[in-house]
Amino acid sequence: MSFLSIRNLSVRLKKGPPLLRRVSLDVQAGEVRGLVGESGAGKSMIGKAVLGILPPSVEITGGEILLDGTDLLRLPPKDRRRRIGASCALIPQDPLTALNPSHRIGPQITDRLVDILGWSRSTAESRARDLLAEVQIPEPDRVLRAYPHELSGGMRQRILIASAFAAEPRLIVADEPTTALDVTVQKQILKLIAGMQARHGTALLFVTHDLGVVSKVCQNLSVLYSGMVVEDSAVTDFFAAPRHPYSRALLAATPKYTDPAAGLTPVPDEVIAAVRAEVAAFDAGGIA
Amino acid sequence: MTDLYAVHDLRLSLADMTSKPLFGAAPRIEILKGLSFTIPKGAVVGIVGGSGSGKSTLGRALVRLLEPSSGAIRFDGTDITHLAEAQLRPLRRRFQMIFQDPMSSLNPRHRVGTIIAEPMRLHGLSDIRDRTARALDHVGLPQHFATRFPHELSGGQRQRVGIARAIALEPDFILADEIVSGLDVSSQAQVLNLLERLVADLGLTLAFISHDLSVIRRLCQRTIVLYQGQIVEDRATADLFANPQAAYSRDLLDAIPLPDPAQPWA
Repeated sequence: MSFLSIRNLSVRLKKGPPLLRRVSLDVQAGEVRGLVGESGAGKSMIGKAVLGILPPSVEITGGEILLDGTDLLRLPPKDRRRRIGASCALIPQDPLTALNPSHRIGPQITDRLVDILGWSRSTAESRARDLLAEVQIPEPDRVLRAYPHELSGGMRQRILIASAFAAEPRLIVADEPTTALDVTVQKQILKLIAGMQARHGTALLFVTHDLGVVSKVCQNLSVLYSGMVVEDSAVTDFFAAPRHPYSRALLAATPKYTDPAAGLTPVPDEVIAAVRAEVAAFDAGGIA
Repeated sequence: MTDLYAVHDLRLSLADMTSKPLFGAAPRIEILKGLSFTIPKGAVVGIVGGSGSGKSTLGRALVRLLEPSSGAIRFDGTDITHLAEAQLRPLRRRFQMIFQDPMSSLNPRHRVGTIIAEPMRLHGLSDIRDRTARALDHVGLPQHFATRFPHELSGGQRQRVGIARAIALEPDFILADEIVSGLDVSSQAQVLNLLERLVADLGLTLAFISHDLSVIRRLCQRTIVLYQGQIVEDRATADLFANPQAAYSRDLLDAIPLPDPAQPWA
């Protein structure tokens, strides 16, 4: 059974338009699933719904989020938070805003382990040191005492990865974890995340807009348009032959340096019109 | 072909605010460490490098938003390295810049028409209304967009406004600093196609700063690779991709994630 199973999840702006339209997807232990789509397609929204950190302006109107078989949406808020906190973690997009600039790195990793999960301070600290070594940070002891501004972007992202894995979560949501980084650093970080995920057998929901990145780290992917899953495929099948016209167009718009002669085709208007019609037909169906 | 830009031993240092003591001056840190290159008229040159390699600093020096510490920048025969603002003013019309983030480079309280017209007003041009209309036309935006505010536009449309503002002055040279990195692939493809057409139609010279080599490969005939403030490679783009010389160029190429699961990624 999948560790995370989202069934027909619908989310909308309070008294506003729908943001997610009956989204269903599964992530098994040890699997990486990519969530792809253009900005505003709702890919981050899915990650936020799973982690219970949706902004107050939106509401869930239907569906289930099954975590290890338990529907999170049916739990009282306190139990839900406890369950998510114990088994899930986030690798955020921007490593600078995710770290508190006025605190040293060490406590930012260990405080959650001590205060929320009840570890002893010394266990938490040695765990933090081991993890920093695992994410290939030289001199972990020095870094634990450093402030975020003393470290490079790649370093900070490594710290957030270490922090995400600290409590051995069974599911990690990575929300565009490398968009702020250089290609060379991106490669190191992606290999690091993939390696850690494989070693720890974590289920990983990987939000990105970069199909190149998907092809390197994911086994399966969901393509979103306007909050609707238009394609759910294995990565190898997808890149061999995307099924939905919109996914095909998205792939055609992605530049490849190996194929400079190929013209870059923006997603054609008729494809957009067709996929919008699908969304409209869905909304007219009246199923929330 | 004559050179529009001739840059010789360009050096630029800035105050290092991260290691500034509480009192006293911050130490200077050298960002550009002796760059020499030329940009011929009509060329499309890519500038790539990692973050902190100095690519944006180089761009800002070319359009003299920053003053070099030493070396020389000649623009169409004129030495602009240390020109004072008053002497630069008439030249500024000829080298324009398009910024990375259209949300922060377009005044949110002005309408698109005003935003495009502002630099023309500053340079005292006539027929501003017609020129604005032509600029919108060039970037493929309908005329009624002139009355819209930036927040009403999509990312790709905002970037088109940035391009319209730059080309409205009929410059010789445009510096585009990471202008597609914030866009979705579809808008990115549209903006790149547009830029390519404008370069051909208007006879522009373009320097295109990017960290995305696939985009550079598509757009630029020549590429300058920067690493820690120095040029490690400056060659025809096709040669660079076929046979990268510098170790850093090879690393850059190897790190690009191609949308193809079969590509080995050692």
